[in-house]
Order: sequence, then structure tokens, then C-alpha cells
Amino acid sequence: MTEKSILYRGAEAEIQLSTHMGFKVVKKQRVKKSYRIKNIDDRLISFRTKEEAKLMTEARQHGVSIPIIYDVDLKNGAITMEYLDGKRVKDILNGLSEKERTKLCNKIGQSIARLHNNDIIHGDITTSNMILSNDSVHFIDFGLGEKSSEIEAKGVDLHVLMEAIESTHSKYGDCFKAVLDGYKKELTDDAKPVINKIEEIVKRGRYR
Amino acid sequence: MIGLGVEGTAHTIGIGIVENIGGTCKVLSNVIKIYHPEKGGIHPREAANHHAVHVSDVIKESIEKAKVDFSDIDLISFSKGPGLGPCLRTAATAARALSLSLEKPLMGVNHCVAHLEIGRGTIKDCKDPVLLYTSGANTQVIAFAEGRYRVFGETLDIGIGNCLDKFGRSVGMEFPSGPKIEQLAKKGKNYLELPYSIKGMDIAFSGLLTSAEQYYKKHERLEDICYSMQETTFAALTEVTERAMAHTEKHEVLLGGGVAANMRLRQMVQIMAKERDAQFFVPAKDLCIDNGAMISWLGLVMYNSGLRMDVGESQIDQRFRTDMVDVSWRD
Repeated sequence: MTEKSILYRGAEAEIQLSTHMGFKVVKKQRVKKSYRIKNIDDRLISFRTKEEAKLMTEARQHGVSIPIIYDVDLKNGAITMEYLDGKRVKDILNGLSEKERTKLCNKIGQSIARLHNNDIIHGDITTSNMILSNDSVHFIDFGLGEKSSEIEAKGVDLHVLMEAIESTHSKYGDCFKAVLDGYKKELTDDAKPVINKIEEIVKRGRYR
Repeated sequence: MIGLGVEGTAHTIGIGIVENIGGTCKVLSNVIKIYHPEKGGIHPREAANHHAVHVSDVIKESIEKAKVDFSDIDLISFSKGPGLGPCLRTAATAARALSLSLEKPLMGVNHCVAHLEIGRGTIKDCKDPVLLYTSGANTQVIAFAEGRYRVFGETLDIGIGNCLDKFGRSVGMEFPSGPKIEQLAKKGKNYLELPYSIKGMDIAFSGLLTSAEQYYKKHERLEDICYSMQETTFAALTEVTERAMAHTEKHEVLLGGGVAANMRLRQMVQIMAKERDAQFFVPAKDLCIDNGAMISWLGLVMYNSGLRMDVGESQIDQRFRTDMVDVSWRD
């Protein structure tokens, strides 16, 4: 690895641009927080790094586009992965034609269904966490992800995306419907309980 | 303009009198009386009885301390919600009676929003904060976005204060247990692993509470349990607050609620703020806990922005959500 530059600084991690064996890579480096005691800090950083790498690898095995992982450093809380040359879905979605937009949203729904078919909960599905590269939607940032077979977890997962679409792409409310259409098509189980769950979550009035 | 505010969402009946001087809040008096159950948690009806018995004395004391006359009061505000129904109704009844007898306008306000606005009103540099509001029943991370105070993270089960109180009760501490737990935690040495539960920007405490109680049954040192509880829950609270700050791109953090009195929580949030180059604010202690002054202040702010409330539409709302308030006084 040679010189690094910081692409993005989030609350939990820094995204650094770097090279690895000649490849252009992205390194997600979780940062130590001095407000919490070392015991908790170490535990959270290593657990989350491990979980994230595990979920990403598993998602990839099930045909969801994910950046290739080159290296996982549990001690220092870093994941080195493929650099994707593409654009965030957040930045391009509003500019697409209606037909293209529906097609893209269908694809997104299908990918989410593939995750859920394998009980992978992303935890933070927003259009900023999807990168369109080589005509396929790549999912990034599994930092809040978990494994769960529960309808509740899957419902919450989709509800996060619904809220993201409503706030960032408010003029294109039909996007979420297109996502659900793709989801229904790809989900092996009946999608009805999950979709009912989303409605229930909305009625609970929680989650922002 | 001078306002009188009646707070009565839970265990506290409070009357605060504040003056609006060019957009900043001057607290003239802030008197509270807290209901202490003989055992167990709050019994809503008994708390309401307590408030009914004491409210007129608290009003008198507040007027005396403020050195004002009833005729100086321009607006009567009250906590419209969220909270315990019987308590809210008692406070609202007192406020309506004052409003009608003094022939002064009435304003019902959101208790959670009041915690945020009192910070903006009394702290000079506090303009657009992310509020970490931690009390018995409420644990929310609130910030202003697109015309409303939105909840960016909150507890999925019990409030942090409730978590600490319930633990305290199960080991024989008096209500409120927070201060006692804080003292014991200072003598804690060993960290006992407890569940750290964050889902997205939300947070949960009930699993941690059960684990802490189990440690106590296994005769772990109480000091160590208290230390571990504080370190774990406060780290999670600080983390969701930081996430909300990153998400909303705000550079101020404000504490509010009774648990904001805890020095370790203050320290953690302060360190987080410093590392993000953000400003850290805590209102005076009597303005952090449930109190009438913040209710009075928010009422004045709303009234000045042109909002009006008829007695006929002054019914309480136990489930009055923070994001239901149309914040017409900010842009």
C-alpha cells in the first residue's frame, strides 16, 4: 500500500483511497473513539469489521454485486476492497427517464430480495449506499448489517429505503413501488408478510 | 413579554416564569415539586393527585420568586404532551384556569421541543444544535430539518433514565437512582460485558437491563455493574448522537433531560464534540430536568411567531410526537 487520500469521513469510519498490489482500492478504516473505554472500543471495532466483511462476502456468493474484498484487518478495524468506478444511485436517480428509473429500481428490489433470501439484513439501505458501476448496482456499507430471518428485520430494512427515497427523491415516490415490484419477483418466499410489515412500521410512527 | 409555564408530563409539577428580552430567555423563577412514590415506579393517578394538591402553592411560590404580579403575565403555557394522561390533564386544567381567570392567552407546547428550545433561548451560541434528550421516559436525538424537529434516533424500548431507575430499584436504591449509580460507578474498576444494542440510529436498553440484573444476582460488585452500565449505555447514546450530527451536518450538540446531569455522559459527549470540531452545550441543571420555565419559553416563542390556541383546542396529547410540531418560528 502506498500513499492514501481520504475520500469520505463518516461518523464511524474513514474511507481512504489507496493501492493494493497494483490495484486501485478503497480502505474502510474504522476510527477509535476516545469517548468510550478501550474495552468497548476494541470490541465494537473488531466485531463490526468482522461482521461487515462476513456479510459482504456472503452477499457476493449469492449473486449480489459487492466490491471484492482484498484484505480484512480485524485488529486495526480496516477492510480493503475494490475501488468501483461508478456513480452513487443517489446522484443519478433523479436525472433518469421514467423508464430507466423504473428499471433501475426493479434491479435494486431484486438485489435486496437476494439478500433477504439469504437472511442478510443490510441495515442501512439508502441510495447513497448503492453504486452504479458497469450497469449493475453494487451495495456498499454493511456496517449496520446483521443476519436475521425475521420478517420484522426485513421490513425495517426496506422501510429505511422507503424513507430515504421519500426524503431524497421525493418527486419520484413511485420509485419505491418499483423497488417492491422487483423485490416480489425475486423473493423465494411470499413477499406479502414483509410488505405488510412495512405498513405496520409506518403506522407505529417510530423511526424518524 | 412575560410568560408563565405549567409543566406536568410525569413526576414533576413545575411552574416557571420567564421573560423574552430581544429573543433571549431570562428565567425569573422556576419552581418544581416532584412526586416520589413510596415504592415502585410512578403511579399515574397518584402523581396527578400530587400535582393537583400542590399546583396552587407552586404557582404562588413561583410568582413570589419572580417578583412579579399576576397582572404582569402575558401568556400561560402548558405541557400538551407527550406524557402520562392524568398528569397532563391536571397541568392543563391548571393552565386553563389561569388563562381564563387572568384573561390571558393560552398555549399548549410539546415537552420534547421545549427541552431543545430552552437551550437555544438561554445559551448565546446555541443556534442549531442536535439535541441528545435523555430522561426517564424519553431518549431521543432531535434536530431541525425541513421545517420540523425530527427524531434522528430514539429508544426502541425504554428510556435511559428508566433503565437506570429500574436497575436501581431492583437492587434497593431510592428513586431516582441515576445519581447513586453515578457515584458507585466512580468506584468501578472492572468492565463487565453488557449488550450494546444499536439498530441504525435507534437504540435499545432492555436487554442490557436484564444482563445487569443478572450480574447483580451473581454477586458481581455493584460498583462494577454501575460502571459497566454507564460506560455501555452512554457510549451508545454518544454514538447515535454523533451519527445524527454527521447525517445532518450540524456542528453543535446540546444535552437535555434529567440524565444530562450525569458528569460522565457530559464528558463523553463533550469529547465526541471536540473531536468533530463541534460546540458542546448544556443548559443550567434546573433547565435540564422537567421544569416550567422551558414550557413557558417555548410558549412565548410560538406566540411571538403568530401561533394562537383556543381553550377549545387545548386538549392534551399523550402521544404528542416531536415531529408533529410544525416549527413555524424557524427557517
